[in-house]
Amino acid sequence: MLAYLAAVAGEAPYILSGSLVTLGVVCASLGLGFCMGVPLALAQVYGLPTARRLVAVYTWFFRGTPILVLLYLFHFGLFDALNLNMPALVSACIVLGLASSAYQSQIFRGSLEALPAGQFKAARALGFSSVQSVRHIILPQALRLSLPGWSNEYSILLKDSALVYVLGVPEIMTRAHFVASRTSWHVTYYILAALLYLAITALGLKLLRLLEKKTRLPGYNL
Amino acid sequence: MNEKTGTFPEPALRLEEISKSLGGRLILDAVSLDLRKGERKVLIGPSGAGKSTLLQCVNCLVLPDRGRIFLKGEELDQSDNRALRLFRRRVGMIFQDFNLFDHLTALGNVGIALQKVRGLPKAEAESRAVEELARVGLEGKASMYPAELSGGQKQRVAIARALAMDPEVILLDEPTSALDPELAGEVLTVIRDLADGGMTMLMATHQMDFALALADEILFMEQGRIIEQGVPSLLLAPGSGTRTLDFCSRLALGAEGRI
Ligand SMILES: Nc1ncnc2c1ncn2[C@@H]1O[C@H](COP(=O)(O)OP(=O)(O)O)[C@@H](O)[C@H]1O
Ligand SMILES: [Mg+2]
Repeated sequence: MLAYLAAVAGEAPYILSGSLVTLGVVCASLGLGFCMGVPLALAQVYGLPTARRLVAVYTWFFRGTPILVLLYLFHFGLFDALNLNMPALVSACIVLGLASSAYQSQIFRGSLEALPAGQFKAARALGFSSVQSVRHIILPQALRLSLPGWSNEYSILLKDSALVYVLGVPEIMTRAHFVASRTSWHVTYYILAALLYLAITALGLKLLRLLEKKTRLPGYNL
Repeated sequence: MNEKTGTFPEPALRLEEISKSLGGRLILDAVSLDLRKGERKVLIGPSGAGKSTLLQCVNCLVLPDRGRIFLKGEELDQSDNRALRLFRRRVGMIFQDFNLFDHLTALGNVGIALQKVRGLPKAEAESRAVEELARVGLEGKASMYPAELSGGQKQRVAIARALAMDPEVILLDEPTSALDPELAGEVLTVIRDLADGGMTMLMATHQMDFALALADEILFMEQGRIIEQGVPSLLLAPGSGTRTLDFCSRLALGAEGRI
């Protein structure tokens, strides 16, 4: 028993510090997904037919291909073929980010389509350009509407991030797996990993809920 | 009629043969109209006649298929986006359902175009917005969001927002028809004040008593055409036999029937 506790206490910090890597991967891919998801959604809602079709193909590809397949395809396939010598961490962030951008674009598209057409009309009637209307009138409202869906995307992405252990990125899962494979107490380490994911999920959702509260508009029930 | 329009010599807005088809149907059929500075014309007609479409064609929120638009004698180049933006700044628009920006306070709604379109510094835009809100009797509501305002207050904010741009012409699309009668009154008062101040207006409305009191000329629209026009006292003279009179008396009956 004592040996068990000592061993677990000895390995725990190593797994725990994987949280930072996990958090980094999640934040980077959420960020990339956001920066690409917004323009993708705008293109799909306001763009020319060609743009809409391209976005549809893009989202179909990234939502339809398993993350695991995408990770191999990009890291060992595309990036290798281009001789990019991409570090596994970067590949992981790019792949998760691209996949997330496909999902996020659909969250934002839903919000854009939910806004009354009169908002855009009123902005243009005042002399706003299309770009100004989107920036100052449409997006501030659409992003507020998107927050609940976006929180959901955060928790899904966090769980998907465990998959990047196949590239050897030293995040929670990779470390838990590594430690577990060397001892006979593997379940303990996977429980530890699960607890870490749960804690990060709870923390992130709490922060997002705070953001939701902060940006909520008085009298506006959306 | 000529005597009356004769008192407004300067041209403000002119539409020449505006046509528009939507969904394969002709919605506006070569509509022309002339508005002189300070003149107030009222569009009436059954629902679906094309009044909203016409008003939105004036500032090309709906792009006409054909026809020319002049402001102060200068033709608008409808294919030039920059010209369109400048034109829209000079032509205010009030919508039936207000279309306030839901994420901005009353002050923000009035101030944002001053800042982003006219390029005023924030402080200046705000003080101008405060002034405009006071002009429509809403000085106490500056920090309220649209969802916290009554319909009448929303429409008054929308009017303040349009006025803040110093428009030369104001287009009003049934500004009170989404409002209960008690709330319509406060909006009509604001519009009457505007009219008294000499604002050039083109307004669609079903509020006949108001139209009569305000209009220099009534334009009766049906199936995408202006089929009758003239000063209210002539068009609506008892026994004149006009379509306008017929429409208005049925409107009055309908209103009584509802009560
Ligand atoms: N985007 C559109 N597509 C097809 N038909 C439309 C569209 N907008 C308006 N219409 C039609 O145009 C006609 C005139 O509409 P509108 O200008 O709103 O009339 P009004 O304001 O006089 O009630 C109506 O028959 C309406 O159904
Ligand atoms: Mg209408």
